[in-house]
Amino acid sequence: MVELSDYLVLGAILFGLGVAGIFLNRKNAIVLIMSIELILLAVNFNFIAFSHYLDDIAGQVFVFFILTVAAAESAIGLAILVVLFRNRETINVGDLDSMKG
Amino acid sequence: MNFQMPDFSLALPELWVATMACVILVVDLFARGRESAPAFYLTQLTLLVGIWLAIDAQWGRDAVTFSGSYVADNLAVVLKVAMMGLGLLAFAYSRDYLRQRDLLKGEFYVLGLLGILGMMVMASAHSMLTMYLGLELLSLCQYALVAFNRDSRMGSEAAMKYFVLGALSSGLLLYGLSMVYGVTGSLDLGVIREAAAGVGAQNIMLAFGLTFVVVGVAFKFGAVPFHMWIPDVYQGAPTAVTLYIGTAPKVAAVALFMRLIGEGLAGLQEHWELMLVILAVGSLAVGNIFALVQTNMKRLLAYSTISHVGFLLLGFIAGTPEGYTAALFYAVSYSLMAAGAFGMVILLSRRGFEAEEVEDMKGLNDRHSGFAFIMLILMFSMTGVPGTVGFYAKWLVLKAVIDVDMVWLAVVAVIFAVIGAFYYLRVLKMVYFDRVEGGEALQAPAGLRVVLAGNGLAVLILGIFPDSLIAACAAAFGS
Amino acid sequence: MLESYVPILVFILLAVGVGIAPLVAGFVLAPRRPGSEKLSPYECGFEAFEDSRMKFDVRYYLVAILFIIFDLEIAFLFPWAIVLDHVGVFGFIAMGIFVGVLLIGFLYEWKKGALEWE
Repeated sequence: MVELSDYLVLGAILFGLGVAGIFLNRKNAIVLIMSIELILLAVNFNFIAFSHYLDDIAGQVFVFFILTVAAAESAIGLAILVVLFRNRETINVGDLDSMKG
Repeated sequence: MNFQMPDFSLALPELWVATMACVILVVDLFARGRESAPAFYLTQLTLLVGIWLAIDAQWGRDAVTFSGSYVADNLAVVLKVAMMGLGLLAFAYSRDYLRQRDLLKGEFYVLGLLGILGMMVMASAHSMLTMYLGLELLSLCQYALVAFNRDSRMGSEAAMKYFVLGALSSGLLLYGLSMVYGVTGSLDLGVIREAAAGVGAQNIMLAFGLTFVVVGVAFKFGAVPFHMWIPDVYQGAPTAVTLYIGTAPKVAAVALFMRLIGEGLAGLQEHWELMLVILAVGSLAVGNIFALVQTNMKRLLAYSTISHVGFLLLGFIAGTPEGYTAALFYAVSYSLMAAGAFGMVILLSRRGFEAEEVEDMKGLNDRHSGFAFIMLILMFSMTGVPGTVGFYAKWLVLKAVIDVDMVWLAVVAVIFAVIGAFYYLRVLKMVYFDRVEGGEALQAPAGLRVVLAGNGLAVLILGIFPDSLIAACAAAFGS
Repeated sequence: MLESYVPILVFILLAVGVGIAPLVAGFVLAPRRPGSEKLSPYECGFEAFEDSRMKFDVRYYLVAILFIIFDLEIAFLFPWAIVLDHVGVFGFIAMGIFVGVLLIGFLYEWKKGALEWE
């Protein structure tokens, strides 16, 4: 029998992986976008698990909206990435340091 | 399935703005080569009508519709009028700035308008879903606006940083929301309020949810230690966009806090109060101290924003209707001052020259004494000199904090405000006492001068007669 | 009162641990015996034609961006189609408005020339 807590632990692991991916990654900005996606999927996991165990459909509706918003978000992210690459010829996260203070 | 037809007339302001955003997008598509003038005037018209609709359809009401997702009350009206008013101001400033830099495209107005729509949805959110959708609509528009100048290296870098940190904060907020949903079993903030108060923060999951929600909100506010994005975004974005981001979204952040935490999680007040104290003291310290060493005007204003956010949070910490009133008043009046300050940066810039350094303020009094006086009002107001609107904002917040016996917090805030006075006065010293060789007369277009003069006048008048705005803010919280 | 936040601290530490652990594990456990054959790219037994990390034309990204939005917004149509009998005329009009908004976006990108390859 799969308990609610099992889902939550999995969600937490995915969430932790996503956050760690953002802070540890110093190379490629596309990995950042993938990490963000992972965080949102972890949240979706939570919502679906809760929705199932609470027997309440609202959580699944929320997941639908998160999915589509995540798509829009990654579209904007990719667009910014393209602009960034055109201006700087690199998407190396470590090179983003022209502003200091 | 019990389906009830939603009351569309309540949501008229949002429907109007959404429809007009689509119309403006199409109109601008087919009316090329006219410097997007139709888009600009239609946008301003939309906002004016929107303000009227918000007051007409929602003032004095207290109704929930759209199956509990949407609420229309006085708080929503005050927030929306402030958002749309500040949006009007930001667009008015932007026109000449964009024209001088060949950025005059209709997309600026469409994105800005959709961002304001997102803020309005946040102001009326009565469910976690509507709140999230409004927040994302605002954020997505802001990311795109920061990268609006596609050839700017700094702009695209700032947009990337903003995007990553903004998306991360949305993720943290969502994680918190999912926990709150798991404990309370509903997305409806009214139901959550009851359930959360019953469960209490002894419940580990609710404590989890609350922590992540507070972190997410702090990110959106730009409170220390979640302030990293503010200076870079303010500096990297085109100044017209900085003006937009630095004003109305602060009011939207108040909406986010009030709906989600102030109302939804009211039962956990003693818990979030503690977190906010840490955020507020950190913001006051970091904002004021780092601002002292800035040489870039936009970065200086960014750190000044952080310090003002710290002050604003004090109102929330008080947790009383008076405290909320003070915080709302603070957000609105600060946004007005910030608009003026960024407007001054726009005024002094011209094609091929960005007056972004604090040094560029030198000798302004010799160049134009009128605008030097406006700068005087703005800086005094940000400092909190008695007789200015900034003073009343600080005074109300401090009073609310002292009323709940947190005198030490008020003392800390005042100490940092005094430290903060140094850098505002440094700017004024440059304006009035530093001479530059060959200081030329101002070249700014007439439209820009009128807007800035109006902005300065508004700050001045609010400083003399703050009562009506305070009364409006108080009415938002039913007192 | 602060005790209830201990689990959150534990959670954060665990999350960081979980994030770092795979990296460390890969570093420690993976055998590293590189040889010239192992390091050279494998392309069906042929000599490699070009570097595998080639740059895509930026226009592919544009198409991908446009695709991802429309692709996922259409996901709303599936649940709607299932319950169309229940939601009736109201649901039909609501979906019409939704698709109409998408149409405006489509018009915009078409007119802007985002769909032209050259």
